Formats: sequence, C-alpha cells, structure tokens
Amino acid sequence: MTPRLTGVGLTGVGLTHANGQAALTDLTLAVAQGERVAIIGPSGAGKTSLLRLLATALQPGSGELRLFGQQPWALSARQRQQLRRRIGLIHQSPPLPPRQRVVTAVLAGRLGHWSLAKALLNLIYPQERQAASAALARLDLSDKLYEHCDQLSGGQQQRVGIARVLYQGAELILADEPVSAMDPVLAGHTLEILSQEAQQRGSTLIASLHAVDLALGHFPRVIGLRDGRVLFDKPSQTVTPADLEALYANAQLQTDVQTSVPASPVAPPVTLHIPRC
Amino acid sequence: MNPPSAVARDPAALPRLLLTLLALALLWPGLALSELNLAVLWQADNLATMGKFVGAFWPPAHDADFLDLLLTATLQTLAMATAGMALALLIAVPAALLASRALSLSALTRAGRPAPWAQALRWPVRGLLIVLRSVPEIVWALLFVRAVGLGPTAGVLAIAITYSGMLGKVYAEIFESVDQKPTRALLLAGSGRLAAFCYGTLPNAAGELLSYTVYRWECAIRASVVMGFVGAGGLGQQMDLSMRMFAGNEVASLLLTFLALVLLADALSRLLRGRLQ
Repeated sequence: MTPRLTGVGLTGVGLTHANGQAALTDLTLAVAQGERVAIIGPSGAGKTSLLRLLATALQPGSGELRLFGQQPWALSARQRQQLRRRIGLIHQSPPLPPRQRVVTAVLAGRLGHWSLAKALLNLIYPQERQAASAALARLDLSDKLYEHCDQLSGGQQQRVGIARVLYQGAELILADEPVSAMDPVLAGHTLEILSQEAQQRGSTLIASLHAVDLALGHFPRVIGLRDGRVLFDKPSQTVTPADLEALYANAQLQTDVQTSVPASPVAPPVTLHIPRC
Repeated sequence: MNPPSAVARDPAALPRLLLTLLALALLWPGLALSELNLAVLWQADNLATMGKFVGAFWPPAHDADFLDLLLTATLQTLAMATAGMALALLIAVPAALLASRALSLSALTRAGRPAPWAQALRWPVRGLLIVLRSVPEIVWALLFVRAVGLGPTAGVLAIAITYSGMLGKVYAEIFESVDQKPTRALLLAGSGRLAAFCYGTLPNAAGELLSYTVYRWECAIRASVVMGFVGAGGLGQQMDLSMRMFAGNEVASLLLTFLALVLLADALSRLLRGRLQ
C-alpha cells in the first residue's frame, strides 16, 4: 500500500499492551484527508486503542503510522508536538477539571497555537470568549459559557469536549464514543453537526461508535474491528446484516444478535444495540 | 444463615495486633534514650518556680509603651515570614515544575512513567530541594546572623532557603497527585507544557496548593519567632528579652499575640479556599 501524502496511513501496525495482551494485530488502513469513517466492533475489539494510536498517545509496537504524510515517531519531540496541534481527540468522558469554567475548557483547545503569554492572559480574562461561544453555539451550549464543568451532565460534558476540538480547528478529528452519554435523538443531531463541521473544514473524522445505526447513518465508510483486526472496511451502504452478525458474534449473545438484526440486506435503519460495558 | 460463631475470624486481626505490639516495643527504647522523666515536673521546688513564673502571667502586660513595642515586633515578624515565603516561592515553583513528573512529555505514551533519561534529569532538582530543606532554619539563621549582622534579614534568608526546599517538594507531589488526564489531553493536542499545566493541573491543584502555602506561612511566623531568639528580630527577640527578665505578664501578651496570628492564618486559609470553591 502506498502511503498517501495527507490523511492517515497504517501499514502492518501492531500494538501490545503493557500486560502482554495484543490490542491490534497487523493493521493496514488508509484514510484520505477529509474522509469520514466510523469504527464499530464489540467491546474490547481495540477501537479505543486504535484511536489512541492515531492520536499519538500510544506508540505502535510494530509497523508504520503516517499522519499527514509524516511519521510521528520518527520526529523530534518538538516536531511531534507541532504535529499534535493538528490532531483533536474527543474523549468518551472528556477530561475536564471539575472547577474549570466551560469557556476556559473550550479555549484550552487552541493552547497548541497560542504563545504562553496569550494562554495566561486568556486564563485570567477570556478574550477569545466570542470564538468559544461560537463553538459552543454549534452544540446548543452557548448558555453554559461561564458555568463550571462539574455542573454539566455527562452528555453536556461530551458536547463541551466536541466544542473544544472544533475550536482547536483540528485537521484530524478522532472521536472515541463521542455521543455515548446522550439520548438517541441528541446523539444523532450531535453526530450530524460533527460531520458537517468536519466536511466544511476538510477535516478527516474517525469515530468509534457502539450504536451501529448511528455509524451507518452518518458515515460514508464503516470499519468493523474485531480482536484487533479489520473484519470489514466498506461503504456503509454495502454493510450487510451478515457482516454485523460476524462482527458481534459471541458465544453467549449469539441468539440476541440474530434476533435483533433485520433479515433484509438493504435496510439502512439497522438497529443493533450492543449493551455498553 | 450461619450463627456468628461459624463466621471466619477477621484475617486482618492478627497482623494488626502484632503491628501494635511492635510499635509499643519500638516506643520504649525511644522513651529511654530521650531521658524522659515526668516525675521531675512534680518536684516541690520545680513546681514552685514554674508556679511563680506562670502566676506572673496575669494580667498580661498592656501599658502603652509595651503595646507599641509589641506592635512593631508583630509587624516585623509578619514581614519576615511573608518576605521569606515570597523568596522561597521564587525558588520552589520552578523547582517543583522541574521535579514533578506531571509535565513529562515522555510519560504521555509510557502510562505515566517518564523515560529513564528524563527521570535522571529530575534527580539533581530533587537533590537540590533535599539539600535546601535538610538544614533547619535555625542553623541558617545562626549562620546569617554572623554574615549580615543582627536583625530580620538573617531570618528572611533562613526562611527563604529552608522553606523553598519544603514547598518545592510538596508542590511537586501535589502536581502529581491530582488527576493527570486533563493535562495529558492538552499535551496530546500540541499544547506547551506550562500552558497545559495552567489549564489542566492548576484548576485541580489550586485548593491544596493554597491551603498548604498558607499553612507554611503560619509555620514561617512560628519559625521567625524561634529565630528571634538567636537575634533575628521580631516577636522572638522580644520574647527572649521578656523571658530573661522573668516578665511573665509580657510573655503572656506575646503568647496571646501568637494565638491571634495563628487564628489569622487559619481564617485567611478558610477565606481563600472558600473563594476557590
């Protein structure tokens, strides 16, 4: 596979956890800049590990990782920090200090672009509050600008995390279960906004999702991950119930999965809810 | 349901009993070595001497001349403690940032453990902090009284040196003890280390930092009193003079002033912590 100039490229990447357990095995993928991809798969399939690997939070044990045509682990620490400015990771439970105000939490997204003086100035008095408010407004949270993060619900915190990455202006947006704490309607709406924003900016969006219907409904391309390997990687229209059955097949849950997948292969609203751990 | 007798004995009981016995066994040689003999307190002539001294405490001295002297000495003590703390912070804050693992870039991808070479670089800073705090402030004060002469300057320098070691060590530990996730997330988005510290660690650590700093300020007030005995000015010097002259009423006034200062420090700590919540 020829690595692309921009976007994301993985060639034969393997990752082993500190406890010796293999998280990802011989993974080869290419995602073009501006593409939107959903990653689905059972719990423990390696979805989070893959996203953390792409966010350069984990170093691959073998194989080659390319981001924007560069190999992050061949760069110096300083150059790697510069590369990381272009990557935004949306966490399932956003790491926000409980006593921090929402405006500060969002502004923290651009710390990589700011000088220390500007960072400190905005900590004392948020000068860029207009921009922070605009990012929050996209997610219907502009009224929470001056509230403390611990006053927000889990779903609101997730949306603050999304607003921070939008404000960061990341060219590669990685989202780890970004809507897991939201009700189905809000989850769909939020994913729609995230997709739109990514498209407008030409950013790549890679999101892991538990809800298969959201993955198929909002992303043109879906990757099924199981036991650290790619089981399928195809346009979302061509994902069949058989694919999903194979992806989630489980000795104990087999009967559940079979009954909940519709028989028709062309039905887009495949509703398959895997219980969250 | 089993009768109570059938329930297994608490497996932790025996180790606890043995540890208690061990602690008592270790305490005995300690008491013997320190030549503690409480009976001395109850000998008739000792009781009489103490009684006379304590009896002279009432009423506390409150003539205008002495109150004027007391006010000057109190202000001098407060100034000594505050200036000493300010100088100590100048050394302690940068040293704590250098010594702490909280801002390690290499720890990001190593499950919170910095690379060995990065850890080795932290040792000289830790060593410096150990040297600074291992010599008691009274020894520094004796040294500086010889170098810069009698007066508060010696006390200020002594507090600055010893307290920078203590503050630096504890600050570094506080930085490491708070939730590291916010700071790591910011570093992964390309932020600089100091900016990530201000936006990620400081909001969580501020309360603890503040309460420890005010407590140390309170200790600095007490330390400056002790250093007054060796000629470093302030309330301590006054106390030394009053004790030598067996002026119990003046000692009583001085002790009441200490009490008021400690209460003040306590109230200040409460007030500042309350503002942070």
